[in-house]
Amino acid sequence: MSELRAGIPSVVERTRPIKATASVVAAHFLGDTAVLVLGEESLLLVPRQGEARTVEAHPGAVILSSAAQRNRIITGGDDGKVIATGADGASATLATDGKRRWIDHVAAGPEGALAWSAGKQVFVRAGANERTLEVLSTVGGLAFAPKGLRLAVAHYNGATLWFPNARSEPAMLAWKGSHLAVRYSPDGRFVATSMQEPGLHAWRLSDRKDMRMSGYSARVRSLAFAADGKSLATSGANQLVVWPFQGKDGPMGKAPRLFAPAEFQIEVVACHPRQDIVAAGYADGLVLLVRLDDGAEILARKPAAAPITALAWNASGSALAFGAEDGEAGVVELG
Amino acid sequence: MSDKIPVTVLTGYLGAGKTTLLNRILSEPHGKKYAVIVNEFGEIGIDNDLVVGADEEVFEMNNGCICCTVRGDLVRIIDGLMRRKGKFDAIIVETTGLADPAPVAQTFFMDENVGRKAKLDAVVTVADAKWLRDRLKDAPEAKNQIAFADVILLNKADLVAADELGEVEARIRGINPYAKLHRTERCRIALPEVLGRNAFDLDRILEIEPEFLDSGEDDHAHDHDGHSHDHGNGHQHQHGGGALKHYHDEEMQSLSLRSERPLDADKFFPWVQDLVQKEGPNILRCKGILSFKDDDKRFVLQGVHMILDGDHQRPWTQGEKRESRMVFIGRNLPQQTIKSGFEGCLA
Repeated sequence: MSELRAGIPSVVERTRPIKATASVVAAHFLGDTAVLVLGEESLLLVPRQGEARTVEAHPGAVILSSAAQRNRIITGGDDGKVIATGADGASATLATDGKRRWIDHVAAGPEGALAWSAGKQVFVRAGANERTLEVLSTVGGLAFAPKGLRLAVAHYNGATLWFPNARSEPAMLAWKGSHLAVRYSPDGRFVATSMQEPGLHAWRLSDRKDMRMSGYSARVRSLAFAADGKSLATSGANQLVVWPFQGKDGPMGKAPRLFAPAEFQIEVVACHPRQDIVAAGYADGLVLLVRLDDGAEILARKPAAAPITALAWNASGSALAFGAEDGEAGVVELG
Repeated sequence: MSDKIPVTVLTGYLGAGKTTLLNRILSEPHGKKYAVIVNEFGEIGIDNDLVVGADEEVFEMNNGCICCTVRGDLVRIIDGLMRRKGKFDAIIVETTGLADPAPVAQTFFMDENVGRKAKLDAVVTVADAKWLRDRLKDAPEAKNQIAFADVILLNKADLVAADELGEVEARIRGINPYAKLHRTERCRIALPEVLGRNAFDLDRILEIEPEFLDSGEDDHAHDHDGHSHDHGNGHQHQHGGGALKHYHDEEMQSLSLRSERPLDADKFFPWVQDLVQKEGPNILRCKGILSFKDDDKRFVLQGVHMILDGDHQRPWTQGEKRESRMVFIGRNLPQQTIKSGFEGCLA
């Protein structure tokens, strides 16, 4: 960290440090319990009070994907299983792939709806119904629309919008290249994807207008819409890149706002659930909280040995969980 | 750098013996663990703990370069496998008989994540001694696989007569004189000949000379019938004994450039960049050891289609011949244009 930030406010002392046994690949919250998804086999449940405990959700396997859904964490593994784990540590198998293919992606939707993918196949389960869709090529990412049962599926050369309960054919949003992570804007007007190349793509759904967002130095691994939907925060540069989505044209023809420049690249971003604050995790282990109104910064974690690989806010925004590639993690109570 | 997982790519036309080689690698008592990425998942018996089925999905990078194709499934699988780091020593990718090796190789240069964790070791091509000549006529994939290879196993060598074997070797040499060529029966070969080759490692580009069957390296010592080559001169057209025919493949050739006069770096780099931009789709591989004016270090270069990778390697040593060497293997290469372009870069 540079001298530059020597005097900025800090919440580092409010951190409960956690040492995981493997690299942290994702973080979530179930109520007050922070859930760190580890690269191999397990979840680490960290209740606000009391001991952290390890749950071997995928024994002997690698966890490839995860999502939080109210009272459970959904994980997909290279054992072909979709597993749900509660805050009490109880795990249940929701699905097992017939061919034991890797469960590359999972997504949690409204009213308990669930989606996962294995290769080109997408599965959606809502209530007692389960439906399958095969897209053109391997799925890069899944995201449910904020309302209704609608799923965005990223793949090569675009994304597919699928209403599993509707009779209509899935709609294809075309854009050449490999599309990876996908997000719906909270107002449901836009779908944004990160791409294999350093950059993002977005479509305005009303007229399928294309929007390219480029200028990154690395692939954008992490992207998150602010709670109010007005901005999209992204990793992939050594500063926080935030695209405006408030106008009817979204980011078209507009420049992104840039915050919190640092020596190292941002690896993960997480938007505060209520306020215009973004948590940014850097490759040197630094975590900053950045207020988008004025760019004010708060130090949440000092640089350490390994890159930050996971960040998550709890539902009220009073706690932030972080995890790093070397298993070092923590929960910061902002109270 | 050394902690990157080496990846060996096995190619070869249908029925040539890729799976035989794969199983041989896996069953040898080497004490190593391999993660194997195969295509025909479940259809053929592969005796290994970690076998992953791939779907050989190729996509074009969205960078305006039509030959920058990448295997998307490999990006995904290698990412997943790397979470098991420490549980295996190397990765072997077996491609289907119809696969083009280029997207596999390019994945390691074009994907930052894969490139950070894994490194391409070599492209090993298994060829069927009996049928390769026919395949070279009717299957462009087979020719690609030969042209692209760092190591070629001319398999089922026991099933063809000696003169026929010599002829098929000459055909291979007509396309790719630089790969290590081994005659094998049932893919029987010492593993160091196929694994741990570092063929894409710039530090290992020591010399660029055509390779010939050499009794010292070949476990079949039946190769002394008349064609003893002068390894020093490097001209694939000069065959001492005259027993080995030379074939010129009409479509796929190699082109060798050489100069004792140093190159002008300010001319060379724009030229070579422009060349691979224009001819990239036709250039399968290139390799160079270059001597620049006012530069005491050897510069080494290698490329796959439009992707070039180069760096200073080490100082030229005393007594070492300061000579620039560059080879291209490709399809319908404009030989004269490339030659005169190269000569135009001399300082």
